[in-house]
Amino acid sequence: MPGMVERFGRAAAPGLAFGPVHRIADRTVLVRRAGSPDEERAALEAAIATASEDIAALMAAADDDGAAMLEFQLALLEDDALRAPALDAIAGGTDAASAWRDALNAQIEDYRASDDAYFAARASDLQDLSDRVLGHLAGGGAEAAPAPGTILLGRDLTPSRFLALDWSKGGAIALSEGSPSSHVAMLARSRSVPMVVGLSDIPDAAFSEAIVDGESGRLVLDPLPEQRAALAALQSDAALRVGAEAAVLREPAHIASGERVAVLINVAKPDELAAIDPAICDGIGLVRTEFLFSSPAGLPDEETQYRAYRTILEWAGDKPVTIRTVDAGGDKPVAGLTIDGESNPFLGTRGVRLSLERPAIFRLQLRALARAAEHGNLKIMLPMVTVPSEIDRAAALLGAAIEELEAEGIPCRRPPLGIMVEVPAVAVVPELFGAAAFFSIGSNDLTQYTTAAARDIAAVAELGDAGHPAVIALIRNVVEGAAKLGIDVSLCGDMGGDPQLLPALMSAGLRAVSVAPPLVGRVKLALARISGEGA
Amino acid sequence: MAEPGSSNGASAGSVLLTHAVGLHARPSVKLTKLAKTFGASIELGTGPEGPWIDAKSIVKVMAAKAPQGTTLHFRAVGPDAGEAVAALVDLVERDFDEAAAHAGNG
Repeated sequence: MPGMVERFGRAAAPGLAFGPVHRIADRTVLVRRAGSPDEERAALEAAIATASEDIAALMAAADDDGAAMLEFQLALLEDDALRAPALDAIAGGTDAASAWRDALNAQIEDYRASDDAYFAARASDLQDLSDRVLGHLAGGGAEAAPAPGTILLGRDLTPSRFLALDWSKGGAIALSEGSPSSHVAMLARSRSVPMVVGLSDIPDAAFSEAIVDGESGRLVLDPLPEQRAALAALQSDAALRVGAEAAVLREPAHIASGERVAVLINVAKPDELAAIDPAICDGIGLVRTEFLFSSPAGLPDEETQYRAYRTILEWAGDKPVTIRTVDAGGDKPVAGLTIDGESNPFLGTRGVRLSLERPAIFRLQLRALARAAEHGNLKIMLPMVTVPSEIDRAAALLGAAIEELEAEGIPCRRPPLGIMVEVPAVAVVPELFGAAAFFSIGSNDLTQYTTAAARDIAAVAELGDAGHPAVIALIRNVVEGAAKLGIDVSLCGDMGGDPQLLPALMSAGLRAVSVAPPLVGRVKLALARISGEGA
Repeated sequence: MAEPGSSNGASAGSVLLTHAVGLHARPSVKLTKLAKTFGASIELGTGPEGPWIDAKSIVKVMAAKAPQGTTLHFRAVGPDAGEAVAALVDLVERDFDEAAAHAGNG
């Protein structure tokens, strides 16, 4: 027994599962004996024909989404253009398996290299076809199906393998590669199969059981008895919790003393709001505007931005909506906006630093925001502020944008301009930032910068702990600084949605958090149990 | 946006791709399936000067990786070239008969 192994990756589909481990065979390493070019050509054609039959059979059993995905794979497989390079290589003396693998790998690499996450994720469809045909070439056909309820562990999982499995008895997926935008991740979400991707360093040892937590991105191989017990408690709690959360969802949040706490939501895309009742929250504490800037069509014009902001404001009615100006850079590169090749982008030209470097692009966003401010209770928030002069410069640009709009006779309004507090240089001396209309603590970046542990480096993930006393002390300092300045303060990082950390935030005097919409019920329940003493 | 024109078995047309996720899996399947129903040889270009690819090959259509906002150009040669281009332009204009709700689901 290799002992317990715990790994953290990226969450791809939510849910919690425990079960026996099944390793997914890696079809890329199979070998077979090669014959003459004619024999090899016939072997490849036969393997492709059998693979097509497999897919057609899977399609017959799949639901609409699954069938559409398989139809796409079948169309690729039956297209002569897919096999042409392999047949050419066979004619030149290469064996069928190598010829097919090399031909598909070239196309897989081409998709992987795409900047568009959707196209990049199509690499797994081609990998699926590559594996399926190679499996038939090796004469093995499909490998033995794992038992229902199994945790699949491997490098990557193909959509057709997913669809061939019985998920009705539970089960989960844990991959060392993979992507949350892959077809298989979409399928896993639609079937409620917990899935985690990007798990580095999974040992090759034989493991018998595993826990997959698709919300935290956690994999535990051969869990300890206490981890299993904690899981059982979590699972039985989950059902009760759903009911309890639903009961408080539309109620105002309070801590045990009766003191009111504002619970707002974080929004990344306006279309998320369609499924959310505004009554569950006290407003929107953070709108990330990066979605507008990541379209393959390029940077957004003023009208596109204005319409998006207005949609969000109209959803919220008279509740406050804090829209953050584009926070590109760091781990969020944007073509045509961010600066490539910085040696340490988290410490580079990101957030408001980038906006001030690109005044033409910033001006359009400020104009769109000032116009949208006519339609609701808007606040503008600047990310990554480090020195007070950045607020002054942004305020001057906002003023200029409003003067322009007024000169053009376009209705607009000047919204309050506040800042994210996520750089320690602000959190240590918040009283110097009185030019801000409000503070919103970005706890994810504040933690990363305080602990000097980058968010995208798994090896230091444990150090990047938002519960570190230094992070809590800085938050307390920011809350006190805001009180002295007489301005509002809230927190919009992941900490605000973590029931383990909420007591420390309440003790630090914080009374407003902004969290992911699915966490609102959980946060309200957790708050009700907190005394909030020590503030 | 469509501008099909036809003369003596050759036809050409262009249309703006509005599908939210670009020329992706499902739209590509529909486009190539439709193209294959015509006898004419049909080519697709992501610019007015090409490069031109076989509109009946899903491998090549997907490899073009056309994002939303691309203007797709069709040209066809053969007895039913005019109908072919008109039908393909119409399919793209109808947004591949997919509601916006399917965006991102590929």
